[in-house]
Formats: sequence, structure tokens, C-alpha cells
Amino acid sequence: MDVMPKWAEVVLVPLISLVLAAILSALVILAIGENPWDALMLMIDGALGSTYGWGYTLYYATNFIFTGLAVAIAFHARMFNIGGEGQAVLGGLGVALVCLYIPWPHWSLALVGATLGAALFGAAWAAIPAYLQAKRGSHIVITTIMFNFIAAALLNYLLIGALKADGMEPATPKFAESAHLPSFQDMFSFGETALFRGAPANISFFVAVLACVAVWALIWKTRLGYEIRAFGHSESAAKYAGISPTKIIMVAMMISGGLAGMMAINNVMGEAERLVLNAVEGAGFIGIAVALMGRSHPFGVFLAAILFGFLYQGGAELALWTSIPRELIVVIQALVILFTGALDQMVRGPLEKMFLAARRNKAEA
Amino acid sequence: MDFLTLLQILDSTVRLATPLLLACLAGLFSERAGIFDIGLEGKMLAAAFMSGAVAYVSGNVWLGLLAGIGASMALSVIHGLASITFKGNQLISGVAINFLAAGLTVVIAQSWFAQGGRTPQLTGGARFNPVELPFAEAFRDIPIFGPIYAELISGHTIIVYIAALTVPLTWWILYRTRFGLRLRAVGENPAAVDTAGVSVVGLRYAAVGICGILCGIAGAYLATALQAGFVKDMSAGRGYIALAALIFAKWRPWYALYATLLFGFLQALALRPDLIERVLSFKVNGQLLDVLPYILTVIILAGFVGKAIPPRAGGEPYVKER
Repeated sequence: MDVMPKWAEVVLVPLISLVLAAILSALVILAIGENPWDALMLMIDGALGSTYGWGYTLYYATNFIFTGLAVAIAFHARMFNIGGEGQAVLGGLGVALVCLYIPWPHWSLALVGATLGAALFGAAWAAIPAYLQAKRGSHIVITTIMFNFIAAALLNYLLIGALKADGMEPATPKFAESAHLPSFQDMFSFGETALFRGAPANISFFVAVLACVAVWALIWKTRLGYEIRAFGHSESAAKYAGISPTKIIMVAMMISGGLAGMMAINNVMGEAERLVLNAVEGAGFIGIAVALMGRSHPFGVFLAAILFGFLYQGGAELALWTSIPRELIVVIQALVILFTGALDQMVRGPLEKMFLAARRNKAEA
Repeated sequence: MDFLTLLQILDSTVRLATPLLLACLAGLFSERAGIFDIGLEGKMLAAAFMSGAVAYVSGNVWLGLLAGIGASMALSVIHGLASITFKGNQLISGVAINFLAAGLTVVIAQSWFAQGGRTPQLTGGARFNPVELPFAEAFRDIPIFGPIYAELISGHTIIVYIAALTVPLTWWILYRTRFGLRLRAVGENPAAVDTAGVSVVGLRYAAVGICGILCGIAGAYLATALQAGFVKDMSAGRGYIALAALIFAKWRPWYALYATLLFGFLQALALRPDLIERVLSFKVNGQLLDVLPYILTVIILAGFVGKAIPPRAGGEPYVKER
């Protein structure tokens, strides 16, 4: 029997973890001689105080939804896909190839093509570690870490070689105008009032929301989702029920890699409109924090991604106006991973004791 | 390629392999005791920063080394708490530690020194300086042996020699002491160790502690010996290469030495693209050399060249009642 009611499990535990991470972050800000309250206000104002700020927050959140879902799917099969970063790099390559070499008549078709390209490349990059895990038993965490580095080097190689545009910069040429995705500014400005002016949020945010719904349906409403969850709970029981471990490992990891790769329609196609070095900027790793925070549930992932989008945009504002460097966000991210992931039991233990004691009191009374 | 150039390459191989070796042995202690540690990178980075900072302020590199070990140990304690006491996920804890170090080092460095997340240049006694072994100059004129002794073996910092000595020491501890036997047992079958009345928790904390010390030395070497001061992200994936080397070595100390020397050699080659071109008479891509350690490890993991079998209880928290 579960010790804690469901609401405590899904709301209270992540919330307490978040509060702990926030308190420690505030201490860090205090220690470097700044005021945490002022910093928070500045972050809220910069990230949520204008449509411009929201445009950046939602842009970052779009990336994190994709990578968060990627990590979450793998978690459901009890696998830790730490390779979202590399899969997103390859997704970017897929998007670039689709956008550069196919003359698209309209952006909507280009978006479909690019999404497929991104997912395909991301999935392929996840398929190799998945195969090695399924067939050779080599640990997926180690292989996906290695594949992050190999992906970075591969991109580097291509961007100074085959795909490089004229000029000094290691980047591809700009994509054609017909592959330009509508930004929030294009979509939501009418007449004189320009909303989201200059912010990179674009239509792929809605693709990300659709992906959340699709992942939810996959995990809880389909046979495959059931098999993935069964495998995650107990490999031996799943095997006994006739579920093939090889199939689940391969499929779950390829969906995971595909989702991580799809992030590229936002950052490569939607924002940069060409492929540059280091386009992923650690979003693959933030997916880990997002999935942990969101308890591997698509809706939780969505909320956590917005939170991290806020932290990212707010952190950029902090770095601009105070002496607090951007890396503070990395610290917060680390603390969130630590408390929601590794020290989960530390938060959960006392809570479970409290609920047990409360229940006992009720039974006695 | 003449003899002297070869010696130069091997010389930088030794210098570049040293931090890999220390981190690899650190991981070896931890993983042999059943605690996976992908936080080697973060511990090295934290140690590099603290050693650089303290060495700069105090002007004494030994204080710097101590501070570096302290920083690494602090992260080890977090890892121990998460993965031993609270039975959390060791991999996630390692990831958190890597980010914690990557973020905190820059935030603190910026706050202390305001130089864009780095420490000021270290000079003189704030760095480990090369040690001239006895008779290096006297032997120099002896053919073959002389240059090898004077160029390759002599003239490194003390940490290089410490790292070299750590290999037989690790072997001896693991295979010739009671502690080592128990350490290996706790990574294979903790229940048996527990039944024998030996503390699983104590052994695992000891292993994580040793891992912290070695990572601390590795990090201090980066900031105070290999380079003169801390710069942002200076561990540059070495923790992960050490992890790769550990798999390559199949969790054995002597093989860890060979694996890290091989990976160090690849790094040394990557620094000299001109040389490769002259010897092989075609251009080898620098990126390829950089990722060769990872590719080799994936091939090893794929089981094409012998199978790498990790300690059986690795990654799993020990629960008594089960």
C-alpha cells in the first residue's frame, strides 16, 4: 500500500525539493554579496514581465519540453538517457539537411519534413547505444555519454567541412526563406501592436505541446506504453508476460532520441535558421532536471520546462544587470537534479513518517 | 620522426595521462565498491578551482592541493549521502555533482577574483614545478638511455610521480590487503559482506572517500601543474575519458595505467597535427583524435574486443532486509 496519498507524491515532494533548491540558491546569491529577493524580482520581471520576456521563456521551454519528454520516456522503461544532448545535435543535423537540400514550397510542409528529419536523426543516434544495451549489455548511461562527445565532434567536423558556408564562421548557410517558421511575433501581432517583438518563440512551441499530449497517450493509452511501463517496473515480470526486452529497449530509446532530436525544429529551424556549433547549449542535460522535476509525467514535464525556461531567461537578465553570472542557473539546475533525483529519499522519508503518524492518529481516534 | 620528437610526444603523453590516471583510479576504488561515479568530472573541476584559488591567495601550492582535495571530498560526501545513506540513484547524483561543480566554480571565481570565472595566473611557489631527478644531467650523454631518462622520466612535477606510485599502491591495496578484499567483495556481493559482520556502509564510504582524495589530486594537478591557474570548464571532459579508461581497463589498476597512457598519447597527438601529417603523409582529422577514446570505449563495450564486465553490485544501493 502506498504510504502517501497521490497528491503528496506528485505535488508535495517535487515542491519541497524545489523549495530546498531555492533556499540553497538564495544562500549562494547571499554569499556572493547580492540580494536574493532583488535577484528573484529581477528574474520575474525579465522573464515574465513583458511579452518579450515571455517570448524567450517559452522559446527555452520549448527546447526543455522536448528533451524533458525524451528523458521521461526512457525513465518509464527504467533507462537513463543521458545522451539527449548528442541526440539533439544530430536532430539539428537532420533539420539542416532537410532545410538546405529540399526546396520547400511552404513553411508548413517544411515543418513536417524537418520534424521527421530531426526525429529520424535523433532516433538513429539513440539506436546504437540502445542496441548495445539490448544485445551486449553495455550500460546505456556510459554509451550515451560517449555518444554526446562523438556527436559534438561529428558536428564540428561537418561544420568546418562539408556543410560550411562561405566565410570564417563554422556554420551552414542560412536556410531558404520558405523554411522560415512563423514566430510568435508573426502570429500574435495585429495592426500596430507588435507582441513578442524580437523574441525567438515560434510555432514549434505548439508542436512541443502536441508532443506532450502524444507522449501521454502513448504511455497510458496504448499497448506499447503499457509494455514500456511494465518493463520499467520489472524486467523479469515483463519477460514472463511475453514482452521482448530488446524490443522495448530499442523502441523506448528511439522514441526518446527522436524527441530529443525534435528540439532542433525550435532552436535550429525556428531561431537560428541555420546550423551553428553548440546550438543545443546544454538543453539535453536540462531535460534530466525537467523530467525528474515533472515526475516523468508529460504535464509535469510541461510545467517544469516552463519553470526552467523562466530560470534560463531570468538568469540571462541577472547576468545582464547584476554581477551574478549566468552559471548560477547551472547551480540551480544541479540542486534541482540533486533534490528531486538523487536525494529524493531524504525529502520523502520524513514526509512518509508524517503521513504514517497522521494515519495512526486517525485510526486511534 | 626523429628520436627527440618521439620523446617530446611521449613526454606530453605522460603529462596529459596523469590527471586521467588519477581520476581513473579514483573511479576504480568507487566502482569496485559498487558505487558508480560519473561525477569524477565535477570533482576534478571543483578541486582544480579550489586548489588554484587557495594557491593564488596563499602562494603555497601544497595548501592549494589540500584545499582541492577538500573541495573534491565535499562533493564525495554529497555523493555518499545520496547513494549510500539515502539509497538514491548514483548516476543522477553524479550528474548533479557535475553541474554543481560546473556552476559553482564559475560563480565563486567571478565573485572572488572578478576575472570572468577564472583565477589569476599562478607563479613561483603557487605552482608545482618540475622536479629534476638525480643524475639527469650526468646521464644525458649516454645514448638512448640518457635522453630517455633526462627528457622523459626526469623533469615532471611531483604529482606525476605520485600518480605513477598510486598504481602499484592501488594494486597492493586491492589484492593484498584485507581492506581491499572486502572492498572488492562489497562491489560484487554486499549481502555476503554484511553477513560476515563487516559494515557495507563503512566500506562504501571509505571507497567514496578515497575516490574524493584521488580526484582532488587530479584536479589540483590541472590547475597548479599542467596549467597555471583555473579556467572555466578546465576539466574538459577528462572525467568522462577517465571513466572510459576505467571500462577499457576492465576495472583493474595496471590496465588503468595502460589505458590512460593510451588516451594521453591520443591527446598528445591531437596537439601536434603537423607531426602526424609528416609521419603518415596524410592529414588526420583533429576531431577524430579527440573522440577516439570514446569510440574505442564504445567498441570495447560492444564486446568486439573482449567483454567488459562491471562489478556485479555496481549502481545498486544496498538494502539490508532484502
